[in-house]
Amino acid sequence: MSSLSTLTVLGLIPLLGALLIGLVPRGREVVVKQIALVTSLVVLAVTIGMCAQFEPGGGRFQFSEQHNWIEAFGVKYSVGVDGIALVLIALVAVLVPVVLLASWHDADPEVGAVAAGQRAGAGRQGARTGAAGRAGSSTRGGSVAVLEADEDDEQDGADGVTSSAAGDTTPPPTRSVKAFFSMILVLETMMIGVFAATDVFLFYVFFEAMLIPTYFLIGSYGGPRRSYAAVKFLLYSLVGGLLMLAALIGLYVTSAQQLGEGTFDFLVLTKLEISTPVQMALFLGFFIAFAIKAPLWPFHTWLPDAGAEAPVGVAVLLVGILDKVGTYGFLRYCLPLFPDASRIAAPYVITLSVIGILYGALLAMGQKDLKRLVSYTSVAHFGFIGLGCFAFTTQGGTGAVLYMVNHGLSTGALFLVIGFLVVRGKSRNSDTYSGIGKVAPVLAGLFLVAGLSSLALPGLSTFVSEFLVLVGTFTRYKVAAVFATIGIILAALYILLAYQKTMQGPLSAAHTKMKDLSFREVMAVASLVALMIFLGFYPKPLLDVITPGVERTMRVDVGVGDPFPTDRPLGEIATSFTSGSTTGER
Amino acid sequence: MIAAEVFSVVPATGTLSSLWLLLVLPAFGAAVLLLGGRRTDSWGPYLACATTGVAFVYGLVAFFALKGLSERSVDVHLFSWIPVAGFQVDAGLLYDPLSATFVLLITGVGFLIHVYSLGYMGHDPRKRQFFAYLNLFVAAMLLLVLADSFLGLYVGWEGVGLASYLLISFYFTRNSAATAAKKAFIANRVGDVGLSLAIMMMFATLGTTSFEGVFTEAEALSAGAATAIGLLLLLGACGKSGQFPLHTWLPDAMEGPTPVSALIHAATMVTAGVYLIARSSPIYEVAETAALVVSIIGVITLLIGCIIGCAYDDIKKVLAYSTVSQIGYMFLAVGIPGAAGVAILHLLTHGFFKACMFLSAGSVMHGMNDQVDMRRFGGLRTVMPVTFACMGVGYLAIIGFPFLSGFYSKDLIIEAAFDQGGARGYLMGGAALLAAGVTAFYMTRLMAMTFFGKRRWTADVHPHESPSVMTGPMVLLAVGSVVAGFLLTRGDGLFHWLEPVLGVHEVEDHVIAPLVVTAMTLVAVVLGVALAWSMYGRKAVPMSAPVAVSPFTTAARNNLYFDALNENLLMRPGQYLTRALVFVDNRGIDGAVNGLAAGIGGGSGRLRRVQTGFVRSYALSIFGGAAAVVAALLVVRLGA
Repeated sequence: MSSLSTLTVLGLIPLLGALLIGLVPRGREVVVKQIALVTSLVVLAVTIGMCAQFEPGGGRFQFSEQHNWIEAFGVKYSVGVDGIALVLIALVAVLVPVVLLASWHDADPEVGAVAAGQRAGAGRQGARTGAAGRAGSSTRGGSVAVLEADEDDEQDGADGVTSSAAGDTTPPPTRSVKAFFSMILVLETMMIGVFAATDVFLFYVFFEAMLIPTYFLIGSYGGPRRSYAAVKFLLYSLVGGLLMLAALIGLYVTSAQQLGEGTFDFLVLTKLEISTPVQMALFLGFFIAFAIKAPLWPFHTWLPDAGAEAPVGVAVLLVGILDKVGTYGFLRYCLPLFPDASRIAAPYVITLSVIGILYGALLAMGQKDLKRLVSYTSVAHFGFIGLGCFAFTTQGGTGAVLYMVNHGLSTGALFLVIGFLVVRGKSRNSDTYSGIGKVAPVLAGLFLVAGLSSLALPGLSTFVSEFLVLVGTFTRYKVAAVFATIGIILAALYILLAYQKTMQGPLSAAHTKMKDLSFREVMAVASLVALMIFLGFYPKPLLDVITPGVERTMRVDVGVGDPFPTDRPLGEIATSFTSGSTTGER
Repeated sequence: MIAAEVFSVVPATGTLSSLWLLLVLPAFGAAVLLLGGRRTDSWGPYLACATTGVAFVYGLVAFFALKGLSERSVDVHLFSWIPVAGFQVDAGLLYDPLSATFVLLITGVGFLIHVYSLGYMGHDPRKRQFFAYLNLFVAAMLLLVLADSFLGLYVGWEGVGLASYLLISFYFTRNSAATAAKKAFIANRVGDVGLSLAIMMMFATLGTTSFEGVFTEAEALSAGAATAIGLLLLLGACGKSGQFPLHTWLPDAMEGPTPVSALIHAATMVTAGVYLIARSSPIYEVAETAALVVSIIGVITLLIGCIIGCAYDDIKKVLAYSTVSQIGYMFLAVGIPGAAGVAILHLLTHGFFKACMFLSAGSVMHGMNDQVDMRRFGGLRTVMPVTFACMGVGYLAIIGFPFLSGFYSKDLIIEAAFDQGGARGYLMGGAALLAAGVTAFYMTRLMAMTFFGKRRWTADVHPHESPSVMTGPMVLLAVGSVVAGFLLTRGDGLFHWLEPVLGVHEVEDHVIAPLVVTAMTLVAVVLGVALAWSMYGRKAVPMSAPVAVSPFTTAARNNLYFDALNENLLMRPGQYLTRALVFVDNRGIDGAVNGLAAGIGGGSGRLRRVQTGFVRSYALSIFGGAAAVVAALLVVRLGA
């Protein structure tokens, strides 16, 4: 342990920050926040340095480091990054300071208490009728608040207990600023770890460990139905994690049979020769875990609840980064470890993804709860990412990775702006707002820009990634690409409908005194917007880093080359271009 | 009709190598105005005018620089934009006769309308935002016509869509404005699906999206692929240019301030579809079916536009439907092999006379407390002489009064339609001829109701002539409306200029002699004028629209039921589908999963226990699950 890799240091910095926060005496909340922010900025600086040192054409994993951890099972502490992991770590490093800045007052006890009470009221407004009478004891009705207010009482009573703490009759649990900020820093360490791990067991440890701070952040600092949402999130994730663990053990057993001693080393595991049925079983274990995490349709139902109930900063991290672990898992683990199974599964995953794109968009259109709306837009966006991962083209894969980064920025911005709106208007229901652009033009403007990036307007970074996914899919799966492209109309609809409802039209009487964004709030969102515009016109730095990693995954690991242009007079090479064909170099 | 033999492009040198300045100038203006906040309120609008003005001057310099070159097609490579393995897209500008022409139109008319807006928007508290959006529009529109690849064009394409959205909803507290803006954006997005898929198809078949790459290899395209690309591009063009069946957004877009209607929804942005198809002429040469469909769409739209234009009393809506109809003429021409140059000619002359008419209409509204109902006008010619003169010139130009600009361009289109020969020629030519008569009818109606007859305005309105900052640009545009057609066609100047892009404009033999076509057109126009004058000029115009009208008029007043069709065919079912899905998602999928969870745990009571003691149960379930799968694996292994 004489020399630590930069990557290990990077992962340790937020942990140190969290420890430091633990030492701060009570009552010095501002110091806590400052420590957290400075720590996250240091992480950002180190990450930028790493990006500068990274050689796109260099070895597969850079900044790597390896130590034995549990020798009996061949488990190692093994980290390293390729281009794909690097840009996601960079996303972590960018989003955490933004989130800290945006959530500056979210954990403040007095504000928190007020907000919780008010948000509980908001939840009631969401349920159209009937819910008001029992909302004091339960806010379960809100889960389906949009369409149905009538719940059967059994269900209601059962869930009422878990969420009783959230009712406005009981005071909210103690909200500790220290705990909030230190947990976000701990979460940052885990997020860095999960992307940096090159030992599958280590990855799994981070994958599961991330749940713990997230669970507490949602469960303790969230909206009125936070407990329900947190438990749902946890249960879904645990089921997935369980399947993955089983597959992981299966993988270990297989490696032990083939190599004499078992290992979890990613690079070694990719060289195993696994029979197709076994690959299929193991693939499913990993895939379902990742599909729940991502979430891919139809594993998505936990996300709208978690996204809506989580405090807005945590929602940004949840949708912006934690969910990316799922799609990252597709590319990093499912494809290279189980190439045959991936090729067999690809058409099915593509189908699920396209359904997700259209389904998520339609559902987003039907939401009145603004935070649920953003969650559903993410279901659609994850459909695009899934599409890109399983189209097995360099454009699709690179687009998918870039999409993960851009989606973090754009949905992050959208969540933050909506969070600012909800704090001011004290309701998540879009029906309660109208004409806000008149009193808060900056908020409205940033809402629009964030929305436009969500609908992938050319000139913003999301367009580059979405188009790459579509074009990469089109060269192999024409029909899927056509249906996915229809999603761009729906995206315009759900964004502009929500924008018109809240920001345009005559100003609602209740909001004539609404304050526009503060400098702190503008800075948090504007930094994301600036990045989106820059990357929209100059995505090359990211693409140069991502492409080699993706190309290696597709060509070498999965063994599928890009289809050649058909009508181009290049000779007789246009053979691999048939719908669904995945013939390649292997 | 022969294509430019080889699509050759040379790197730019000298003045032309800094062409990017054209984009940066207005973009800079927009950024300063938007980010500068209230500090820029006082001088911002002047900065916006200056950036556009300077861009125009630079456009002129560049134009003459290009004219001096032997290879009139230069490329300015900027940077590598999206490089991913086989998919390489560069950010670059293509400056050739076609884009040079558009640059002058956009910056020239754009500058005049900027100046006009100084007066028109003078008292608006959000003047700064207005000018910022106008500059944003100019920057995006210039990118649209200067980009050297389809993907680059797409960025400009959406940029103008965004500017259009922002400007239509400029008075966003009005629900109608917000809805109209959204409708415009969505209709454009439908078109964008076509454009996106066309670009994907180009990459899948040719491996490139740059103009140079696509056009040099267009001949290698299979007929099916070329037709598909052609039709998809047409879908995009229909969305942007307000063509059937995506035309319904354009009249609604009149919710925006009138200078916007003049610049974006008449002179420049809505003609981008014509640009796209003219630019892609090498593809349409391979895809004759697609080209025919372009013409058919044009004919349908030009008829729809002029029919509905007869029924409205809202002066801006009449002009909007007139725009729809006139762009239909351009589509008709651009789809006819060899007549793309004529389409561009009409695009330019239309840019002058329609902008002139819109600004004049704006001037009328300015003096009439923003009244747009022509039944509340009347007799304004004496009160607003300059406005009347400008509108009059625009009117004569659009109906094709001899030797004014519309006369040249519209005549040539009708001629080209007949020259196709056969039934196709007679049908299309006949439709275009008929529409010329109807155009004369509704435009005469507009003039008569606005400037002639009795004064029908209310006592609180005090119409007055607009300040010279507004009338100045109007007069300049009126001058353009008079001379543009003559100057551009002198010695076939424009057609020769555009030859490197659109191919040689060559008329072989006429089906009907040009003079006969001209005579027929003039007869149609005279009939239209006479009929309108007898109905609206000589008789008193009632203050409110007559109720007892023919079903034909009712249909026209209801936009021939296209909006109702959209609503019942797309919007309503869409809403039902959304609601049903929301229901299913909450009840069905979520319910199933929740139910499953509850079932496994033996009711939600146990669900709670998972939460309280989850480490233990977690470990237990991990163990159980792992054991199950290991067992399963061993079975598979042993079996194998």
